[in-house]
Amino acid sequence: MTTTVAKTGPVPDYDYKIVRQFTVMSVVWGVFGMAMGVLIAAQLAWPQLNDFFQPFSHFGRLRPLHTNAVIFAFGGSVLFATSYYVVQRTCQTRLWGGWLIPFTFWGWQLVIILAAITLPMGLTSSKEYAELEWPIDILIALIWVAYAMVFFGTIAKRRTSHIYVANWFFGAYIITIACLHIVNNLAVPASAWKSYSYFAGTADAMIQWWYGHNAVGFFLTAAFLGIMYYFVPKQAGRPVYSYQLSIVHFWALISIYVWAGGHHLHYSALPDWTQSLAMIMSVILLAPSWGGMINGIMTLSGAWHKLRTDPTLRFLVVSLSFYGMSTFEGPMMSIKTVNALSHNTDWTVGHVHSGALGWVAMISIGALYHLVPILWHRKQMYSVKLINAHFWLATVGTVLYIAAMWVNGITQGLMWRAFNADGTLTYSFVESVVASYPGYYVRFIGGALFVLGMLLMAYNVFRTITDKENAKQQDNTVPLAQTA
Amino acid sequence: MLLSIDILRQIAVVLGSIAFLAVCWWAFSPKRKKRFEEDAKLPFADEEQSIRSAYEADKNKTDEDSAVESGQSDGPEETSAEHKKGQDEK
Repeated sequence: MTTTVAKTGPVPDYDYKIVRQFTVMSVVWGVFGMAMGVLIAAQLAWPQLNDFFQPFSHFGRLRPLHTNAVIFAFGGSVLFATSYYVVQRTCQTRLWGGWLIPFTFWGWQLVIILAAITLPMGLTSSKEYAELEWPIDILIALIWVAYAMVFFGTIAKRRTSHIYVANWFFGAYIITIACLHIVNNLAVPASAWKSYSYFAGTADAMIQWWYGHNAVGFFLTAAFLGIMYYFVPKQAGRPVYSYQLSIVHFWALISIYVWAGGHHLHYSALPDWTQSLAMIMSVILLAPSWGGMINGIMTLSGAWHKLRTDPTLRFLVVSLSFYGMSTFEGPMMSIKTVNALSHNTDWTVGHVHSGALGWVAMISIGALYHLVPILWHRKQMYSVKLINAHFWLATVGTVLYIAAMWVNGITQGLMWRAFNADGTLTYSFVESVVASYPGYYVRFIGGALFVLGMLLMAYNVFRTITDKENAKQQDNTVPLAQTA
Repeated sequence: MLLSIDILRQIAVVLGSIAFLAVCWWAFSPKRKKRFEEDAKLPFADEEQSIRSAYEADKNKTDEDSAVESGQSDGPEETSAEHKKGQDEK
C-alpha cells in the first residue's frame, strides 16, 4: 500500500468493513441459493433425485430453502451491503450505530443458517416466502429494527442537505418490510417450532399476499431501484437522466404497489371487488415501473458506447431491460382473463424468474462488480474477461429459463381448460405434466448456466481480493477507462 | 347515510389524484429545476468533498482517525470551481 495516510485523515471515514462482509456473503449465498434452485429444477426433470436423502431432500422441503436463500440470503446480503455503502457515500458520513452494525451482519447470517436447518427438517409456518417459524421471525424483527436504526441514524447525521433518491428507496424498503414481516408473521405459538397464524381463512390469505406481493414490491423492487439510482449513474459516469422523474417515480411506485397483492388470489374466496381493485392497481403499476426503467436506461444516453467495453455497466443496463419486461408481463398477468390462463402454471414461475434472474440478480451482480474493487482498494476486478463471460452466461441462462416456462405455462393453461363437446376434460392432469418435460430440461440448462456464471464471479472476486499485484486505485470512482 | 362507502371511495380517488398532481407539480416546477440538477450530482460529490476536506484538515489539523481502512486517498487532481459548489453548501 503506497497511500499517503496524511492526506486521507479528514475524509469521511466510511465504514467499509460491514459492506465487505455483506459483499462476500452475497456471493457465497448467491452460489448456494442458485445451486439449490438448479437442484430442485433437476428434481422436477428427474423425479428420482428427490430420493437421495429422504425426507430432507424432498422438493417440498428444498423449494422454500431455495426461495429463502436467493431472496433473503443473497438478495438481503446485497441490499445490506449496497444500502450501507450508498447511505454513507451520499450522506458523506460514517455509518451510525456502534454494535448494532455488526449485530445486523451476524444476526442475519444466523437467520440464514437457522433457515437452512429448519426448512429441510420440515419446520414451516406454510406461508410462502415467510416459511420460517416464530422464534426465527422474532430474531428477524430484532435485526430489522437494528437495520432501520443504523440506516436512519446515518441519514440523521448526514453532512449533505439533500437526501439522495436512492436513500428514499432504501428507506421505504426498510420501513415497509418491517411492517409486512411483523403483521404477516403474527402467530400463536403452540410449541417451540410450531405456531398457528393469528388470521384465519380468506383474511389470512389476503394478509399473506399483501405481504407476499410487497416482498416483491419493496424488497425485490424498491430496494433494487435504490441500487439502480446510485450504481447506474456511478458506473456510467453521469448523473441520472431526470432527477425530477425519480421523485414522481418514488411516490407513485410506493403508493400504488401496496394495493396490488390481491391479484395473487384471483378467482378465490376473496371478495370480487378486492380482486378487481388489485387488478386495476396492478395495471396502473406499469406506469411508475416503466418511468423508473426509462429513467435508468436514459441515463446512458450519450454514453451508449460504454456498453461495448464495460461488462459491469452491461449487467446494470440489461437488468433494466428485464425489469421493463417483467413489469409489463406482471400487470398483464394480473388481468383476470389472462390470469384465468396463467394461474398455477409455469408461466408464473417464468415471470418470477424473469424478475429474479434478469432484474434482481443482474443488477446485484453489476453493483457487486462495481463495489469489490472499491472496497478492497483495487484498480479493477481481477479479470474483466470473466465478467464478460459471466454476463453472457447469465443472459443466455435467463432467456432459456423464461422461454421454457412461457412455453410450459401456456401449454399447461390451454390443456387444463380444453373441453370435449360433451363437457368432459380433454386432458388428464398428468398429460400436462408429461407435456412439460421438455421445458423442465431447458429450464435446468438455463439455471445451470446462470450458476456457472456465479461460480466465475466467485473465482473473480476471490482473486481480486487476494491478489496483491492489482494496484490500488486512485480515488473513490471506478475508473471507466480501466474497466475496458 | 351521508358518508356511505361510495362517498368515501370518491373522496379517496379525488384526494389520491390531487396528491399525485401535487407531487408532479412540485417535482417539475421550473423554479426547482436547477436545484434538482444539483441534487442529481450527489453520488459524485464526495470525491470533491474528499479534496476539500483534505485542504480544510491541513488548515485545521482536526484529530479525526486517519482512514487507512476506508481508502479515502488522493482524489482527482483538479476540482473545477463549479464542482466545488457541493451539496452541503446549499
